[in-house]
Amino acid sequence: MPVQLPFNQTLIKVADQAYFLKSFFRNIFKKGFEWDEFFRQLYVIGYRSIGIVALTGFILGVVLTLQSIPSFKAFGAEGYIPGMVSVSVIREIGPVIIALICAGKIASSIGAELGSMSVTEQIDAMEVSGANPVQFLVVTRILACTIMIPLLTVFADGMALVGSYLANAASSGISLHLFFYKATNILDYGDLLPAFIKTIFFGFAIGFIGCFKGFSANGGTASVGTAANSAVVTASVWIIIIDAIIVQVGNSLLYS
Amino acid sequence: MATEKVIEIEGLKKSFGDKTVLNGMSLFVNKGENLVILGKSGTGKSVTIKCIAGLLTQDEGSLKVFGEEVKNMNEEQLKALRNRIGFLFQSAALYDSMTVRENLAFPLKRVAHLKDKEQIEALCIEVLEAVGLEDAIDKMPADLSGGMRKRMGLARTLILKPEIILYDEPTTGLDTITSREISKLILDMQERYQTSAVIITHDMSCAKITADKVMVMNEGKCVAEGNYEELENSSDQFIQSFFK
Repeated sequence: MPVQLPFNQTLIKVADQAYFLKSFFRNIFKKGFEWDEFFRQLYVIGYRSIGIVALTGFILGVVLTLQSIPSFKAFGAEGYIPGMVSVSVIREIGPVIIALICAGKIASSIGAELGSMSVTEQIDAMEVSGANPVQFLVVTRILACTIMIPLLTVFADGMALVGSYLANAASSGISLHLFFYKATNILDYGDLLPAFIKTIFFGFAIGFIGCFKGFSANGGTASVGTAANSAVVTASVWIIIIDAIIVQVGNSLLYS
Repeated sequence: MATEKVIEIEGLKKSFGDKTVLNGMSLFVNKGENLVILGKSGTGKSVTIKCIAGLLTQDEGSLKVFGEEVKNMNEEQLKALRNRIGFLFQSAALYDSMTVRENLAFPLKRVAHLKDKEQIEALCIEVLEAVGLEDAIDKMPADLSGGMRKRMGLARTLILKPEIILYDEPTTGLDTITSREISKLILDMQERYQTSAVIITHDMSCAKITADKVMVMNEGKCVAEGNYEELENSSDQFIQSFFK
């Protein structure tokens, strides 16, 4: 039996993920799309995450504003705070923070659910009955994540601006109309489009990693915890990597 | 007239890493026959039936189901084969996010492609009556006892009217009375639906009730075969140890 070197093991893991990815794409367009399960996942992933996403976005806006006020005040530049907050939240902080929050909530939940189904042989039972577990469990969850994460991020960005307005109004008495005029006037498509596109990739990564880790669980109940934990860590790392790549690509396309 | 063999296994080998689990396993099951496999834990009993269902692929040897080599089947052929095979898992493997009704309707909608709600409901009630669980149709799997879960698993297995049923320790974890009920249910299903079956068990009472033929496995291969009485009276000490 040849010894598995760490490099070989990494290659095997990459190959497993590539095979899983291929399996996902093969099953998207297969006959018998699971619409009921897809809508259920949209509800589970989207609606049930609204609370935490709204709270995170709101606090993000408040904190960013409160942190900025003393520095901006020193230069007499308080009027730029709405624009600074909207650009930084919409372009970078909002998508990344919300994606990391969703990695913690959604990727772990998918990893644990599918991991538990895997170790209790429910996935085998689906397969042996002639049903298609990838179509039912994987395609629906990945697509639901890919659709809902961008929408949740847009919602969180909105909540961050509301939080920022309240913090700003309490400090300087700025009107709602003036705040949102300053916050939105500074934005252009170069801020909005790359930010929105990267949330689509974040959503896909969260769904994909959660499903892959769940399907890979095969060592009893302990592996369910490992799958959930590993899903969060791997999805978080992928979010940072995707962010770095898309910022580079976006900058080279828009500003070169 | 020659008896039709629904499962034929010859020289099956399967390893996981450096551990050889099946080491030249051979068996056959005739149509309408219940084969009980006995053996110590880890001798490859579950691996054998997982190979039959196409969940695992052998490294060497031949495995034919309904005369077709499983290893050579493409995805569609394997799916068609699985429509003719039922598998009762040791844990029953009920979909725990679905009610009993949804568990039963799941293969009907996706495999039999039934759309008529009344027809699906009628089939669900038919199999639940067959296993004596008609009152549990709206329950969640978590609300069922161990025996009820096994019955429910059997109902879900039967709903597609399989020709072969693979039972992985159907009575494990159940009390004596419930074990006997499940064993009689297996026999009843064989008579009612004319199924063939491979039954893995450590429960000798289950083996006695259900077996047309008994096989003893050791170290990944078959070491003895015969009917229950023949093996019970065997002079071999290893075989005797199962019957004491």
